[in-house]
Amino acid sequence: MAEPLTLSQPASFEGWTCPLPLRDSPTIVMGHGGGGAMSGELVEHVFLPAFADDSLAQLGDSAVLPLLGGRVAFSTDSFVVRPLFFPGGSIGDLAVNGTVNDLAMSGAQALFLSAAFVLEEGTDVTKVGAVAQRLGAAARRAGVRVVTGDTKVVESGHGDEIYVNTAGVGVVAEGVEIRPDRARPGDVVIVSGDIGVHGIAIMSVREGLQFGTEVESDCQPLNSLVAAMLEVTQDIHVLRDPTRGGVATSLNEIAKASKVGVELAERSLPIPEVVANACAFLGLDPLQVANEGKLLAFVPRDRADEVLATMRAHPTGAGAAVIGECVAEHPGMVAATTGFGASRVVDLPIGEQLPRIC
Amino acid sequence: MCLAVPGRVLEISERDGTRIAQVDFGGVSKEVCLEYVPDLQVGEYTIVHVGFALQRLDEQSALETLDLFRQMGELEAEFGDQWGRAAEQAGLPRPDLAPSMETVDSPAGPGGEAGPR
Amino acid sequence: MKYLDEFQDPALAKRLLDDIHATATQPWAMMEVCGGQTHSIIRHGLDQLLPDGIELIHGPGCPVCVTPLEVIDKALEIAARPDVIFCSFGDMLRVPGSDKDLFRVKSAGGDVRVVYSPLDALNLARQNPDKQVVFFGIGFETTAPPNAMTVYQAKRLGIENFSLLVSHVRVPPAIEAIMTSPDCRVQAFLAAGHVCTVMGTGEYPPLSERFAVPIVVTGFEPLDILEGIRRAVHQLEDGRAEVENAYPRVVLPEGNPVAVKMLEDVFEVVDRSWRGIGMIPKSGWRLSERYRAYDAEERFDVGDIHTQESSVCRSGEVLQGLIKPHECSAFGTLCTPRNPLGATMVSSEGACAAYYLYRRMSVPASGTSGSVPASGTSGSVPASGTSGSVPAQATGEEKKVTPVG
Repeated sequence: MAEPLTLSQPASFEGWTCPLPLRDSPTIVMGHGGGGAMSGELVEHVFLPAFADDSLAQLGDSAVLPLLGGRVAFSTDSFVVRPLFFPGGSIGDLAVNGTVNDLAMSGAQALFLSAAFVLEEGTDVTKVGAVAQRLGAAARRAGVRVVTGDTKVVESGHGDEIYVNTAGVGVVAEGVEIRPDRARPGDVVIVSGDIGVHGIAIMSVREGLQFGTEVESDCQPLNSLVAAMLEVTQDIHVLRDPTRGGVATSLNEIAKASKVGVELAERSLPIPEVVANACAFLGLDPLQVANEGKLLAFVPRDRADEVLATMRAHPTGAGAAVIGECVAEHPGMVAATTGFGASRVVDLPIGEQLPRIC
Repeated sequence: MCLAVPGRVLEISERDGTRIAQVDFGGVSKEVCLEYVPDLQVGEYTIVHVGFALQRLDEQSALETLDLFRQMGELEAEFGDQWGRAAEQAGLPRPDLAPSMETVDSPAGPGGEAGPR
Repeated sequence: MKYLDEFQDPALAKRLLDDIHATATQPWAMMEVCGGQTHSIIRHGLDQLLPDGIELIHGPGCPVCVTPLEVIDKALEIAARPDVIFCSFGDMLRVPGSDKDLFRVKSAGGDVRVVYSPLDALNLARQNPDKQVVFFGIGFETTAPPNAMTVYQAKRLGIENFSLLVSHVRVPPAIEAIMTSPDCRVQAFLAAGHVCTVMGTGEYPPLSERFAVPIVVTGFEPLDILEGIRRAVHQLEDGRAEVENAYPRVVLPEGNPVAVKMLEDVFEVVDRSWRGIGMIPKSGWRLSERYRAYDAEERFDVGDIHTQESSVCRSGEVLQGLIKPHECSAFGTLCTPRNPLGATMVSSEGACAAYYLYRRMSVPASGTSGSVPASGTSGSVPASGTSGSVPAQATGEEKKVTPVG
């Protein structure tokens, strides 16, 4: 049972107006999931205009797409974020960027997405519309098409307003082998920008924190940045977007998969002051806080400088920094040197993060 | 015994007859109950534990403490063990000095320590 | 954050460390009482930077760790009731009871909520008049005033559907219990800074005198802890045994009289059992007669509780500073933060959790004692792009464990 959440600002549904009144139904009802006329109306008046895609508009059971040349990268993600709208983003933005980024972490450019919705009876249709609009806009920004979708409705109390699932396909170029088990001792670890931002943006709404300058989620697509990096060298070993569980989780997973050790320098970590202070206040480790528009790259040492420079020259990589390196020692473990020259292990969070008080 | 963090009082108000404040923690601010520090004013610092201000933070005292730490090294440099430092810099053991030279070179530094290292 | 960051300055830390190194001429063992201090020490690796022979014994100052098993089991019973909203600090969620924890109670459908402040729980009581809202009031003297104020407000505003499950503990009796224990190796104490913020320093001179131990009131940031250690070392070397305040920016000798007055009104001293340690006389607080109606133990008839501790868990010995976490055979194997056998592995301020989180690499394999931990990593990072280079002050010295008399 969710605690009552209040948004730090009212959700903005700007830019979307209902083109035709849905038959006397300001909220989602079971009929919208029935596959009949009401479902049709929802698709026609809410989803199609938001996604604006010819393939989708055909409303076939499946989208038939041109042959993709090369190895196909395929990924799926479900999105259950609360609140639906948060500073700097929404579930709609996450739904696109999450899958686009997962494909980019294999070096693939996302081409086509599916979008499936599970709606709870009683949800405001304007909210559904706003999410759809944000999803469509994010897709256009990322250069990906939403070509197929689905909608189901569950009874009130059996959902949480809106859940979204997206799946996506893209192509991986010949010669690109980006996998979690490819890190090697000597590789340089680069992060594409500030860490801990998304998690704090969400947590701030939940914990009633207010910020002098609002902390906005860093939710954004990374496919363009990855393309730029691959132009410098195809020999990037690992890419990972550190979402739930933060940088700590991603690095630990890669260290285990590649059987290497990772060593970080705490002082090199790009953590915005406001995020650091919010973490200190809530008793969280910034390394374990979620990010949404950042990537970690394991790059061979001799190409690191070039890759870093390219990242910094790109709009979504402007804050890129070297944060550590791979070593042969302590395989599977991530360690960090503290500001005092001592060392500590960087661990995964256990399940849900529990803010410390005592 | 617990996570208590220093913050600065931004504004003070009242709810249900209790004094509350918006306190800033370096860009993050939250509402805090002020009942235990009734004379706390806007602009002052306090330490906050689970939503309650527990005590005023004495800024003067904080700065004095930091100054004391800074001076620790300085007095060392001024009056401290010159032979020991030179030896350290050279990566050599401190030479054995005759008693008269020791008296000249290593008076008691801050905190009252004396004698050979 | 102002007045926090300045007390993490590595350059100033070095000066304090230099003084400690220059002053210590023989081995000393001191105990930091508070779990928050333990966490800070292990997190920043401060103990790795001290001279050989200065040993920090981790104290029982982790309220999550010492909450009696019986109270945990009562909490679990109450939380499972359908008419109850059970509120707690996040730390308590995964503390193992006899056979489950609050997390599991929540998964099974219990309404368990994590709150930041006891006032949040009181608000929930106002918003949900048809439910009983119970707040799990654990903690040392630092947390007692917030809980006291909450109960006071509940009574003043007539919020009847709120109650407190109390398990407060006091530090001075714990110090006494530790010093009278036959295996005690503690020669000085770093007293808990925030406890003293509330209570003042008045309870410590009698203890210092009686047991001839230096007691230094110490804060939590790295510089505060190093300063506390530094002053304790000086006292030990000089043969003094006094109470010193190394945290004057928030600790006054009289503490916070307003808070103390509230505590005297809302609570009364009782004997209390500390998990892993046993009964310590007059070491706890319960609600006083005037506020007894808000006591959850009275309001909910919890019936007979049969407790069952893990037979393998050695939390008690860790809490008393008799063993270090890695000396327990279950450390890191049977017992991990994911599958804790005892509370010291759950609480982020429990010594076992701190060692597991930060020290897995450098502590010797469990079961051995007194072996040499590996020195810190080289920490060198390629220069390209780094904003700050790694400081060169990793001591690289190996820490020999010197037996302390």
